[in-house]
Amino acid sequence: MKGIALLFSLVAFTGAVLAETPEEKGLAIAVEADKRDQGWSDQATVMKMILRNSQGAESMREIRGKTLEVKGDGDKSLTIFDTPRDIKGTAFLSFTHALKADEQWLYLPALKRVKRISSSNKSGPFMGSEFAYEDISSQEVEKYKYKFIKDGEVNGLAAFIIERYPQYKKSGYTKMVTWLDKKMYQPLKIEFYDRKKSLLKTLTQHGYKQYLNKYWRPARMEMVNHQTGKSTTLLWVSYKFKNGFKSRDFDRNSLKRAR
Amino acid sequence: MSELESKLGPWVIKYRWLIIVFSLLLVFAAASGGRFLVFKADYRVFFSEDNPQLQAFDKLEKTYTRNDNVLFILSPKDGNVFTRETLKVVETLTEKAWQIPYSIRVDSVSNFQHTYSEGDDLIVADLVSEADKLSNAELEKIKNIATNEPLLKQRLVSPTGHVTSVSATIQLPRLDETKEVPEVVEFARKLAAEIRLLAPDVEVRLSGMVLMNNAFAESAQGDMKSLVPLSFAVMFLMLLLLLKSFSTTFGTILVIFLSILTGMGLGGYIGFPLTGPSVSSTTIILTVAIANSVHILTTFIHEMRSGKDKNSAISETLRINLQPVFLASATTMVGFLTMNFSEVPPFQHLGNFVAIGVIASFFLSVSFLPALISVLPVRVKVQKDDQDKMMIKLGDFVVKKKKQLMWGMGALIITLVAFLPKNQLNDVFVHYFDETIQFRVDSDYVDKNLTGLYVIDYSLESGEEGGINEPGYLKEVEKFANWYREQPETRHVNVLTDIIKRLNKNMHSDNKSWYKIPDERNLSAQYLLMYEMSLPYGLDLNNQLDVSKSALRMTVSIKTVSSNEIIEIEKRAQRWLEKNANYIKMATGSGPTIMFANIGQRNISSMLLGTTLALIVISGILIFAFRSIKIGLVSIIPNLVPAAMGFGVWGLFVGEVGLALSIVTSMTLGIVVDDTVHFLSKYLRAKREHGYSAPEAVRYAFKHVGRALLTTSVVLVAGFLVLAQSHFELNAGMGMLTSIIIVLALMADFFFLPPLLMKLEKKS
Repeated sequence: MKGIALLFSLVAFTGAVLAETPEEKGLAIAVEADKRDQGWSDQATVMKMILRNSQGAESMREIRGKTLEVKGDGDKSLTIFDTPRDIKGTAFLSFTHALKADEQWLYLPALKRVKRISSSNKSGPFMGSEFAYEDISSQEVEKYKYKFIKDGEVNGLAAFIIERYPQYKKSGYTKMVTWLDKKMYQPLKIEFYDRKKSLLKTLTQHGYKQYLNKYWRPARMEMVNHQTGKSTTLLWVSYKFKNGFKSRDFDRNSLKRAR
Repeated sequence: MSELESKLGPWVIKYRWLIIVFSLLLVFAAASGGRFLVFKADYRVFFSEDNPQLQAFDKLEKTYTRNDNVLFILSPKDGNVFTRETLKVVETLTEKAWQIPYSIRVDSVSNFQHTYSEGDDLIVADLVSEADKLSNAELEKIKNIATNEPLLKQRLVSPTGHVTSVSATIQLPRLDETKEVPEVVEFARKLAAEIRLLAPDVEVRLSGMVLMNNAFAESAQGDMKSLVPLSFAVMFLMLLLLLKSFSTTFGTILVIFLSILTGMGLGGYIGFPLTGPSVSSTTIILTVAIANSVHILTTFIHEMRSGKDKNSAISETLRINLQPVFLASATTMVGFLTMNFSEVPPFQHLGNFVAIGVIASFFLSVSFLPALISVLPVRVKVQKDDQDKMMIKLGDFVVKKKKQLMWGMGALIITLVAFLPKNQLNDVFVHYFDETIQFRVDSDYVDKNLTGLYVIDYSLESGEEGGINEPGYLKEVEKFANWYREQPETRHVNVLTDIIKRLNKNMHSDNKSWYKIPDERNLSAQYLLMYEMSLPYGLDLNNQLDVSKSALRMTVSIKTVSSNEIIEIEKRAQRWLEKNANYIKMATGSGPTIMFANIGQRNISSMLLGTTLALIVISGILIFAFRSIKIGLVSIIPNLVPAAMGFGVWGLFVGEVGLALSIVTSMTLGIVVDDTVHFLSKYLRAKREHGYSAPEAVRYAFKHVGRALLTTSVVLVAGFLVLAQSHFELNAGMGMLTSIIIVLALMADFFFLPPLLMKLEKKS
């Protein structure tokens, strides 16, 4: 009898060790998502951004983006602004980093100069929209700590519900609740909580398509600010992968040439 | 009617127990609506949905963001904000202020986004970080920047650097205003206490729009706690003194109490909120309801003294009082109901609360009260010769000196009314609260030491998408802002052009000669894009730019001035725009300051209509009830003259008429009519039942109703004087002026109406 009791307690003990904590499970899912989205090397995108105030008045911005996948660090990206007319040709180069300030340069065609922006902020609105730059820049695993909450669903799609806690000191958020699709390992919905831990914004991603038989990308993102009633729609008009971009396409000199 | 009058008494006595029980049950059913009564902590309750200034402001808030704020004012005792210790406090408070419920933004000297250039780098950083490690040279540099920065000076820091503030912008969801504002204020007060503990050498004060909202609710609650018990105590003592009988005093207090319960309870069911003005309805119901009971009890005691037994005294009392008490109640109710014409919803609520209370008090006074009296022991000594000697003498005096009185009173009336135009419509809405309220004291401090609390917001429309980057437009905005800065009332102007000029300088190696609006539209647009990309969470430009960059918001802070001056400043601004603006297509000043500045005028216009209607309806009621057009028309004089005289007295001694006083006329109309009604009904009864001549009828009226009129007037004045003690100026002024008018009304009814009646009778 003693032997059996010992065996039971041993099983219980190892069980407890082997069973993942919610934190471990959350991290494991994040790592898996990161793994599944590796190897696309570069992409070129065309975007339309529609800004709306709480009365529904709208304004549109058109943007093109080029991104170079960087292993072991945040991606390098180049954003070219096409409209409004008065910022046409302005180009924004950014090397994102998980836990440090991003490196940012801006080419101002009206000034014909490249300026480096030295700022530790990533949380301000992107082009006056409800997206912060940290919402749309590359999502490194180390950017957050994770905690698996439970299984859930969004519009009938099975999802992991995971909480993410930003690790960058100057992030505008304290918590993000993410609904990660179980098939695609891509977010369907993210709720952003502000510094006082109240719900600030909700992002929903729609119209996922698979590219290169592997990489899932949404066609539309909707961001709603619950506190101000403003919202932004981000339409991804096109994705093009494997364009053969090189590192030298993403430096100060390339900024001026970018059109 | 006369059949009803004589049958009511015996009926009440027969069913007295049933009436008592039934009345109590009905009142308690009505009173249970009290659970729906809530204190509204929001200045917006003062504006109706269709108020044009409110609509303009709503539109502005929807285009940009709401700007309600909590202002923490820090005054270091050494008189210098720019020390390691104080700046550390600013830093700490700035960080903690993000935790205030519903906060969306925090602005302070420490998180001010300072920009400068180094080579081709644009550096954007907090003006102060890790203050405890700053060197003296760095402190000096920060002070220099802060006290010269147009976005900070006289907004977040005083020009001499002795006071600074941290401003948290609060975006209330406005789902439950009764909870949201107190929640924010409670948190802010705790935070202030925390800072006081942390830094005993720094004084912390609180102000801002959210605190003002809260002051509205707190002063209303304060009134409820202090004035209501006080008015009950005063009334109890006065009744005891006047009626000299405990049972009848008890009965009256009970009637009042039940009337208030009914008025407030039914109001709660309808959904009227409690606000500064509407809270005073308890005191007003109390005061007005007393009159009914006093009239009935005075007659009752008189009847008993003259030897009648209790039940026949009750019957006789009801017979002769039913009509005048009904008329007095109906006219009072009409007066209060016309407050529904007011532009200001809290006054509408006040009028309705009181109107319900008055109806309740009428029914209770003619059923419950006599039923109760017939049950309670009442001891009244029989006095063979119960003659009110003083009133008889007064009657004789009036009859004898009728000519002198008529001319004397006429002269007095004309003299006082001549001062009526001396009143100016004016209001200082920070002064709605007296100095016992902390918000007022702290706000006065801010006004004196830091910035202006009055804010005028402009949405400067360029009329085209992206048009705010147009050099012509920006230069015009800059000129407009500079014009405003030259106005003596202006404390601060917050406008984007200051940022654009600074960025232009930054982009040219901080060369001061580039501190100007760029000459190219694309440059401004691209600078702004760059700047926006570098700002942290919460400190973006969305509160001053619309989404299509076609308009920008300019915020002007103004020192505490009167509503007339505000309207005048805005007019000046519009004239400037008319003359100088080519690019700015539209710019109307809006915001709570503008709303409050205009509401007095709007309210007077609407109340004028209401008062006229009340006068017509009330005169109609009197003509119908007295079955005499002549008497009905004569009654207009003593009904209307007291208010005109009252405002004359006010013009002579005060001269400023604010929002509250604009409702006094229609309110007092309903009350002062009662005196006329009681006097005329006795006068007519004497003429019609006893066939008296005019002078005899005047004597009869004095003898039978003089005492009751004097008594009720004393009671009314006492009640409204209690209201005059309110810390909420709107109530205090209203109480004061109403008291004056009631005194004048009694004078008119005693000394002007009787000579007038006798003169008229002589003619016909």
